Amino acid sequence: MAGVLVFTELKDGKLKKASREALSIGRKLAEAAGGELVAFANDAAAAAEAGKFGAKKVYVAAAGPYSTEPYTAALAQVVSDVKPSVLLFGGTSDGRDLAPRVAARLGVGVASDVDRLEWTDGKLRARRPMYSGKVFSTVEVTGTPAIATTRPNAFPAEEAGGGAAEVVNVTAPADNRVKIVETKAPEAGEISLAEADIIVSGGRGLKEADNFKYIRDLAHAIGGAVGASRATVDAGWIDHQHQVGQTGRVVSPNVYIAAGISGAIQHLAGMSSSKHIIAINKDPEAPIFRVADLGIVGDLFQILPVLTEEVKKAKH
Amino acid sequence: MNSVVCISHVPDTESRIKIAGSKIDEAGLKFIVSPYDEFALEEAIRLKEKSGGDVTVITFGPERAQQGLREALARGATKAIHVKGEASDADSLGVAKVLAAAIKSIPHDIVFFGKQGVGTDNGLVGPMVAELLGYPQVNVVTKLEVGDGKLTAHREIEGAEEVLEAPLPAVVTAQKGLNEPRYSSLKGIMAAKKITIDAKSVADLGLDEGDVFKQRVVVVSLDAPPEKSGGRKVDGADAAAAAQEIIKYIREEAKAL
Repeated sequence: MAGVLVFTELKDGKLKKASREALSIGRKLAEAAGGELVAFANDAAAAAEAGKFGAKKVYVAAAGPYSTEPYTAALAQVVSDVKPSVLLFGGTSDGRDLAPRVAARLGVGVASDVDRLEWTDGKLRARRPMYSGKVFSTVEVTGTPAIATTRPNAFPAEEAGGGAAEVVNVTAPADNRVKIVETKAPEAGEISLAEADIIVSGGRGLKEADNFKYIRDLAHAIGGAVGASRATVDAGWIDHQHQVGQTGRVVSPNVYIAAGISGAIQHLAGMSSSKHIIAINKDPEAPIFRVADLGIVGDLFQILPVLTEEVKKAKH
Repeated sequence: MNSVVCISHVPDTESRIKIAGSKIDEAGLKFIVSPYDEFALEEAIRLKEKSGGDVTVITFGPERAQQGLREALARGATKAIHVKGEASDADSLGVAKVLAAAIKSIPHDIVFFGKQGVGTDNGLVGPMVAELLGYPQVNVVTKLEVGDGKLTAHREIEGAEEVLEAPLPAVVTAQKGLNEPRYSSLKGIMAAKKITIDAKSVADLGLDEGDVFKQRVVVVSLDAPPEKSGGRKVDGADAAAAAQEIIKYIREEAKAL
């Protein structure tokens, strides 16, 4: 049976956003390719929600928390049973860890971090940004299954209104050489850059590390993630996890607010595919204004506190 | 403790990229060791300084990629293998097959990669090599301890961290923050000149070129992104008015408030 298989992940009993997005584009591909949309998960709790996104079946391997080897074995087994035309992974840490391992086991290629997918002439065609968005590469994935990892926020999550997916239990191999010693949870209220709808980023215009509080305050008020320019990370003002750009994370949220960021080419490459860009900078000639939809020439230390208060009011 | 570090040679991150057909135009581009590979290399050199052994750098690429190996030797790698070939004509699995074969040809306890090649940004080759060699993998590592036939690594996951333990040999891919890479010293550059780079062809490794260069992911076209023209620019001297302007934009255009 041809069709589309999507690797899905749960967090607190719910499908991760990246999984919902991958299921949504997966359903469109299944319609075009002819065949069912099915999912892989580590818990039957995924069935109801996966069904809403159009999955007919969920192959469940009770393999516990994510670990490369047992998941590779279980997923490769499902692929050989189901024989999907397409295998998709949401571009999460675990999705990106697993996709290449499974591909090498199956002897097929992967299109990584794609922001467009279509099924044409019996092949999976994908678009992927390269050189941090300075080039878009259109590729055809020729193997069976054709594997892709999807870029977070690139595909809208759309429910299809289906009933719960049928659960098919598969054996989870116990062999695992890698032991999870500890998992350090993110700080409460912290939203990761990859999945954020809104990102508030700070640059050298903040002048010192402590002033990242202006960025954090606005990010918390608006329900967004904290981003940073490379210069501030290199200066040790903030952890690398927050870096947006070519040697950080490439992001495409709905709203990107850049405060005190002049817009070095490597930063622009990492955020210019954001849907709505707002820049606040004192220098009217700053390159960031060339990509901004709304540019505010002004002092971030004056504007951000007022904006944070206004956002809090608007949220009530 | 013998380490292998696989490096790729990529255009400088500040480069303006020009397209030539279904490839990028290499004319006038400055090439560097891919930034994440620098963290991998530094970690291997520190391991050698602590516990001895060799650090072998391996690259698969055209003639120019040799400069990357020279740079790695100058920083403290002790051996280098250059598998010559147009790596950009192979897909990630093709590249992984070449590197896995080269790694198998030398003694090793741990294999390092950068978490992704900067530019192509696939992030596929490290885990693919791990699978081909049958080794455990730990990806996107920000802290590493090696000893006693095993490694303990901190793996970055969305906004959090996992501490993982794996037996050696294993594949580790390096993330920024793992260490602070050193610069090459003049003494290192001179010493590196005395080291002979072991040049090999794909065929020397016993691989079938047809399989290595069989593109499972075929580039159909490369396109430049649409030029953004820039939007409205507003004077923000009045902070309250500027804040209102932003709120209005987020609410009405982005529909996010």
